[in-house]
Amino acid sequence: MTDFSPTPDQPAAAQSSLLTLSKRTIQRNAAEKRFKAYGIAAIAVGLVMLLVLVTTIVGRGTGAFQQTFITVNVELLESKLDKNGERNIEDIKRVTTFGYAPLIKGAMQQTISDLGIETNLKSKHMAGLLSKNAVAQLRAFVLENPEKIGETIEFRFLAQSRVDGYLKGRVSRDSIENDKNISAEQLDLTDALIAAGVIEKTFNLDFILGSDASDQRPEAAGMGVSMMGSLFMMLVVLALSLPIGVAASIYLEEFAPKNWITDVIEVNIANLAAVPSIVYGILGLAVFINYMHLPMSAPLVGGLVLTLMTLPTIIISTRAALKAVPPSIRDAALGVGASKMQSVFHHVLPLAAPGILTGTIIGLAQALGETAPLLLIGMVGFIASNAPETIGEGLLSPNSAMPAQIYEWAKRADPAFYERAWGGIIILLIFLVTMNTVAVILRRRFERRW
Amino acid sequence: MNTMNMLDKTLDTNTTKITARDVNVYYGDTHAIKDVNVEIAANTVTAFIGPSGCGKSTFLRCINRMNDTIDVCRVTGDILLDGEDIYDKRVDPVQLRAKVGMVFQKPNPFPKSIYDNVAYGPRIHGLSKNKSEMDEIVEKSLRRAAIWEEVKDRLDAPGTGLSGGQQQRLCIARAIATEPEVLLMDEPCSALDPIATAQVEELIDELRANYSVVIVTHSMQQAARVSQKTAFFHLGNLVEFGATGQIFTNPEDPRTESYITGRIG
Ligand SMILES: Nc1ncnc2c1ncn2[C@@H]1O[C@H](COP(=O)(O)OP(=O)(O)OP(=O)(O)O)[C@@H](O)[C@H]1O
Ligand SMILES: [Mg+2]
Repeated sequence: MTDFSPTPDQPAAAQSSLLTLSKRTIQRNAAEKRFKAYGIAAIAVGLVMLLVLVTTIVGRGTGAFQQTFITVNVELLESKLDKNGERNIEDIKRVTTFGYAPLIKGAMQQTISDLGIETNLKSKHMAGLLSKNAVAQLRAFVLENPEKIGETIEFRFLAQSRVDGYLKGRVSRDSIENDKNISAEQLDLTDALIAAGVIEKTFNLDFILGSDASDQRPEAAGMGVSMMGSLFMMLVVLALSLPIGVAASIYLEEFAPKNWITDVIEVNIANLAAVPSIVYGILGLAVFINYMHLPMSAPLVGGLVLTLMTLPTIIISTRAALKAVPPSIRDAALGVGASKMQSVFHHVLPLAAPGILTGTIIGLAQALGETAPLLLIGMVGFIASNAPETIGEGLLSPNSAMPAQIYEWAKRADPAFYERAWGGIIILLIFLVTMNTVAVILRRRFERRW
Repeated sequence: MNTMNMLDKTLDTNTTKITARDVNVYYGDTHAIKDVNVEIAANTVTAFIGPSGCGKSTFLRCINRMNDTIDVCRVTGDILLDGEDIYDKRVDPVQLRAKVGMVFQKPNPFPKSIYDNVAYGPRIHGLSKNKSEMDEIVEKSLRRAAIWEEVKDRLDAPGTGLSGGQQQRLCIARAIATEPEVLLMDEPCSALDPIATAQVEELIDELRANYSVVIVTHSMQQAARVSQKTAFFHLGNLVEFGATGQIFTNPEDPRTESYITGRIG
């Protein structure tokens, strides 16, 4: 600032007292106070924005972690499920979900009349409170436990998304006027069933662990499979970009001669770090899918694309970490007769390791949240399959990724998906915040001061 | 200054350990060392003196090729160690540095334990067969560097946690642990109190029995006390080189005289 001006307005007056502030000191102190105020104001603005962000996300997203369930007893009629009565699994498999629908209708009707609830609804509409997933759930249960046919079993079915929305306040009697998915009578019935304790809203683990569901069944959709997709991509990114990035950085920083070639490389790496991620996406589409014929939508390809994107970040942070190691350490090692390689691996690299790890984690976190390139290589397909069983399958079978899944949900028409998109964002943010916290802790813990 | 008895010190007429012929060093365009010719004898302590920035450290670093690590640095001329050109293409500087140890101007312990600081050199050169031998080397080196008493109870503590003077002695211990033939010491006592200085000087005198020692110092008294030969550098030139007693009592060059009497520097 202007603290240092040569005007001799303050001659070293012999009689000036330390107890009275000179004009200059007062000015300087005022300037310092002003600057502190600006700083605090800036931080306050930042905090307010963060608060708005967090409250919005939490407010909109927490709903996705809860789901409305309807508990009914279903009689697994042998006449419908296993006409021959031989419990032959092939026979049982022949009954499609269509064949299970009457069981559900019957069960709903039975439950409602047992409770003495009056309604004019047909059994078809009573069953309409349940998710379309209910029949599939029932069939899966029977195929797994064919010996249970003939018994009456208590089931907890997902409620359809309008009922769920009604409990969460998203759906109201006004909003359903033109909605053909639900009627006012069905809401009356819902109210009665809530009062009877048959319908209730509870925590829904399936949102975290389950797979995506089709457009008609938002209540069944979950993040689990796309989390696996992200996990496999991160494995690819870590396995490729860390060794490649660190090797490249060590070579460039410690061994490469400093000439115009290394200068060009240096500039190019800096430029690559600034390339928009969508460019890497289209590059991946052209090279990995169209040219190398790797499978579309595979985490392997996604991982390769994200590796390209993460490499410059890792190289830059690794080089910065290596540069931060004082040259006197290298001199010390060389001075006692260590080779270049020994000085790097015994002294420089361990000192740079926390910085390298921090950079890697931040690079991974960036890659984890990246969406655009994944859209280009098709990692947004609707994947209803369950978690892959082997690593190879996980790498090669089509999958989605967390941010792509969120994008996909946000795009769908049903507001129930919109809520799940916010919920997905919460999960994604938890991962990112955890990773960044680990990075900060590592940096704090291993930071060295010379 | 007890320079008078310096004169009486007999100079060993022993063999030449290091020979420098027409050595020039450039840092980019800066000409730091100009046509230096010098012969450093075995079993001798040679002191380099001269004003700050005259190139003492630069020349010292040429002797174990530490200047290789500075990109802009260029060395011409020959430096022979036992008659072999150390700048020969076939010479691996790593092998050279095991023979020519160095204590740097700024103390630079590794950010590892005191023990590991000293043990690192012997370890990479395979100088000990087992742990107890290594313990011995570490203790001996620390003792000779006059720091053993202060650190013997905390060999696991980080070397960077020591005081400046202790770090300097730790670096000396580290350098002598590898048993080099030549020891280059760049102002090894700059941060030491008189007691530690006396101990280090004793060590230097003791090392002379087996090694050549080259020491850079800003203390005329120290140069007079520990060295048998003194080289006076000025603006990159080796102005005068000769027996220490001679340089301090009867310098040939007026610049040397002005410097040691405190008129330039
Ligand atoms: N790494 C370097 N890059 C460029 N110039 C350097 C470098 N090291 C030293 N020099 C220059 O070379 C000249 C000699 O430096 P040197 O360090 O050898 O001086 P010195 O005699 O050891 O001084 P001091 O007694 O202060 O340690 C100085 O002019 C210095 O600026
Ligand atoms: Mg120096």
